Amino acid sequence: MSKLRVVHYINQFFAGIGGEEKADTPAELRVGEVIGPGMALKASFGEEAEIVATIVCGDSYFAENMDKAKEQIIGWVKEQKPDVFIAGPAFNAGRYGTACGAICEAVQNKLNIPVVTGMYIENPGADMYKNKIYVFPTKDSAAGMKDAAPLMAKFALKLGKKEKIGSSKEEGFMPGKRINFFAEKRGSERAVDMLLAKIAGKPFETEYPMPEFDKVAPNPEIKDITKATIALCTSGGIVPKGNPDHIESSNALKYGEYDITGVMELTSDKYETAHGGYDPVYANERPDRVLPVDVMRDLEKEGKIGKLHNKFYTTVGNGTAVASAKKYAAEYAQKLKADGVDAVIMTST
Amino acid sequence: MVKEIERAGIPVVHMCTITPISLTVGANRIVPTIAIPHPLGNPALDKAEEKKLRRHLVEKALKALETHVDGQVVFDK
Repeated sequence: MSKLRVVHYINQFFAGIGGEEKADTPAELRVGEVIGPGMALKASFGEEAEIVATIVCGDSYFAENMDKAKEQIIGWVKEQKPDVFIAGPAFNAGRYGTACGAICEAVQNKLNIPVVTGMYIENPGADMYKNKIYVFPTKDSAAGMKDAAPLMAKFALKLGKKEKIGSSKEEGFMPGKRINFFAEKRGSERAVDMLLAKIAGKPFETEYPMPEFDKVAPNPEIKDITKATIALCTSGGIVPKGNPDHIESSNALKYGEYDITGVMELTSDKYETAHGGYDPVYANERPDRVLPVDVMRDLEKEGKIGKLHNKFYTTVGNGTAVASAKKYAAEYAQKLKADGVDAVIMTST
Repeated sequence: MVKEIERAGIPVVHMCTITPISLTVGANRIVPTIAIPHPLGNPALDKAEEKKLRRHLVEKALKALETHVDGQVVFDK
């Protein structure tokens, strides 16, 4: 049997062209070249498949010229007549993951060629495309290449050979892309079987796991607020003017911790918002409108509260992954605790 | 984020405009605010009046922190 033909899509970084400064590199087709992650795929393919061409495209170029880039790439893929198309893996690179998802979806839908990509579960591309295409979970950095490449390569072979694809659990891709099959027993029987197994204390497996609703019980009230140290936190992106830590205007990758010792109010010459998801005019004019330092200082002076904590914590809650937000707050909550903070006011825009 | 602060054992009040989101996310003490781009202000008011409004909202938040709750409560009075 002849080798399966594979076309591989990667970004400018993995092609060795450059980082962010080269992200505007236009799409290019490199026939007969196996580049970067393609080497790892090639090693896993053995004699069964070969990468006949690699398509390289800058992440910003793709994001900013999506229709044009897609059309161009689709044309190239069509010419190469691959049996399977692979993109990435993109790990936790957001634009790259989104590009991998978008181009895979286009190849699948327009050319009817099977596709597979890989990325970290929190890559925004994962949520956007896992219902539409096969997305393999990877680690959040390129260190995960050695685990990801063999899985993706093996699955690509299966797709290329048009073998039967099992469920996400059997194959290892992210749940989301649904596979239809006929169950041997009808639903009512399966439900009764499950119930009997449950009653008998035997293992059973739900067919539809419920989403987790993670509730946290409220903490007891503050008995004497006039003695309490209160901290201000926000998802509204208030930062010192110039955004010294470069908190991203969307999909924030960090939070900021800023000292407000002696700061009596947040004025427009010293503070601003980094948030890219709402009109910043009002917050920039008077940042107290988002993080009420002025009022807290008054209340402190009047003895209505014990103390305003001398640090505030801030991030941008715009397209920011839930898991990231969770991580930031879990981390700074420990700092707040260690600093003896009794209560928190969190403001959101 | 409010949940993680709560989980760490620190009572927290969430001041936000879109309270349904806050309820979905799982905040326990919630104080509704004015508008998305200026939750604790109103640019239509003069400076002194605006600060009064802000103080009123913050005092509501403090009141929420002093109030025993068993589950999610929106302090909208």
